[in-house]
Amino acid sequence: MKSKGIVLQIGPFTVSLESSIDSVIESVNKLYADYVLLEDNSSLFIDFYIKIDRPNLFRGYIQSQVQCYVDGKTPFKPLPLSQAYPFFEWGLNWIIASHVHYYLLVHAAVIEKNGDVLILCGQPGAGKSTLCAALASKGWRLFSDEMAIIDLESNELVPFVRPVSLKNKAINLIGDLSSDAVFGESYPETTKGTLSHMKPMKDSVLRGNERAFCKWVVFPQYKPEAETSLRSFPKGETVIELAKNSFNYNLLGKQGFNSLCNLVERSQCYKFEYSNLNEAISLFDELSS
Amino acid sequence: MNIKPSNLLVSGIINPAITLKFTLKQWDLFIRQARRSGVLARFSYMLEEKELLEKVPKEALIHIKSSQTYAKQMAISLQWEIQCIQKVFDQLELPLVFLKGTAYTVAHNVVAAGRFFSDVDILVPEDRIVEVERALIHGGWKSTHLDAYDQRFYREWMHEIPPMEHVKRHTSIDVHHNILPKTSRFCPNPALLLANIVKVSDKNAWVLSPEDRVIHSATHLFHEGEFDHGFRDLSDLDLLLKEFNTIELFWENLINRAGELDQQLPLYYALRYTSLFFQTPVPNFVLSVSKQWFPNKVHEVSMDWLFCRALMPNHPSCEIFGTGFARWVLYIRSHWIKMPFFLLVPHLCRKGWLRLFEQEEQD
Repeated sequence: MKSKGIVLQIGPFTVSLESSIDSVIESVNKLYADYVLLEDNSSLFIDFYIKIDRPNLFRGYIQSQVQCYVDGKTPFKPLPLSQAYPFFEWGLNWIIASHVHYYLLVHAAVIEKNGDVLILCGQPGAGKSTLCAALASKGWRLFSDEMAIIDLESNELVPFVRPVSLKNKAINLIGDLSSDAVFGESYPETTKGTLSHMKPMKDSVLRGNERAFCKWVVFPQYKPEAETSLRSFPKGETVIELAKNSFNYNLLGKQGFNSLCNLVERSQCYKFEYSNLNEAISLFDELSS
Repeated sequence: MNIKPSNLLVSGIINPAITLKFTLKQWDLFIRQARRSGVLARFSYMLEEKELLEKVPKEALIHIKSSQTYAKQMAISLQWEIQCIQKVFDQLELPLVFLKGTAYTVAHNVVAAGRFFSDVDILVPEDRIVEVERALIHGGWKSTHLDAYDQRFYREWMHEIPPMEHVKRHTSIDVHHNILPKTSRFCPNPALLLANIVKVSDKNAWVLSPEDRVIHSATHLFHEGEFDHGFRDLSDLDLLLKEFNTIELFWENLINRAGELDQQLPLYYALRYTSLFFQTPVPNFVLSVSKQWFPNKVHEVSMDWLFCRALMPNHPSCEIFGTGFARWVLYIRSHWIKMPFFLLVPHLCRKGWLRLFEQEEQD
């Protein structure tokens, strides 16, 4: 089958995606519908090349597997064919985290309101993507649900708007919360459980060039039955926690340290526990007003 | 700028200034070729030296600088690693001789700038190996490849003991007692190498003599079976030769030394392919002497066919008709020249069996 290629501008990165697998093309058409497709010509510089395809006849058609090619190389083991589209999203995360050392990258969800950025940082399962998707569906502007991209010179956050990946119960939770939320396919039995992607709001996509400064760094923790509570967290420890969750802090040396200190210096830092999403949304709305 | 897509990286390494005439599409491919070959950070220093770095279009520049950032951090980690190894050697009455990438760094060779590496290589006399290994274990390193077959494979046949890994830093050190496997047909006498080592700092840090550094680099590359970094390694040789070119009698010594160490063939390849690929200024008399080491014209033509393919950057855009085949033939050749037939066949059977077996487990 002939594979089709498109070039997408995703945040600050120009990405070429090639695939002959229908489910990938359909998902991209649906979830990236508001993005501008770039025309590949001699004045276009593409940052990263990804191809999602069947590895070969045997693995591709008999074992129904799919492989992610990063500029022709395969850094991963193949996955079941049904997970072809999530493989693109995971592959892109990996590429950025392992090649982009001109920004400071922190594993966190990032959203903005009235020109102020909220960084939600935490371990997988802490509920940062859920909170991020909830706020994004209630008027906050999405930057990223996966990584905070920090400009090392200005210390601004750079939007990296992509579909928000939601897992297990969070999928229905967000679906119930917002009737406007558009979801892609559902992928059961991934290593992270059932996975589905929420299409980013059109406004977030169109304003993908508007950077902003951080005002709040929050470490959320979802706990069943927990009371909604926001507690102040020391700035020094916030720097250490963000450094621990960074993909490239150790590579950037003094530059990374200064950048993180500057970011935390201008921010209010909190630990946040919640079980009720509506209460969480009201609390952050109040914080931003 | 009209350059064949497959030649973008080679052309840029020969003359960094021409890259400033590239279109953005050419930069796009150049960056991919350089990144895959592991020479993007090296290229950043080449541009910097000529004060051209800031003239690169910003789309490409961020990737070049990103690679330099990575290389700088690696260089800092390497300095720390060297100090830790020096501390271990302080207790031993033994010169600490670094090889390959680490040697280029401690000797401040041009080739060290922006060079990536995955481990530290050192050379010690074979009769002191046990002592060194014990001292490293005390210092926090442990042996890897604990499988009985692998242990025997390294200790009986190889030129190094199984790689050791630091329990905390997870860095790796290869302790060598020679530069080629004991089973290899052209295995040199390591005492000759140790007799010519050069001290390079106030602390305990030695490297092979300049000629031996070139010969070791050549021996390593032209006994290699996998060419993922072949282009980078050939560029290493180019930069070493250019740097040592100014040393008095360097070329004469190089030729003599290749004879003493039984490494004339690898040196012939090194001189031939650096001058073919990078226009390295090898004097004519050196080229004609080295040519006599290789009198068979048919063999020469076929090795050219193989190496001119295998040594190109390991990127799809640099592959031509026969590249995959050439790399496969050279893979077989590397085993062939490193191990005699009666050892090779069982070894390859075992490797093949394990590959099948492990593959099944993965699936």
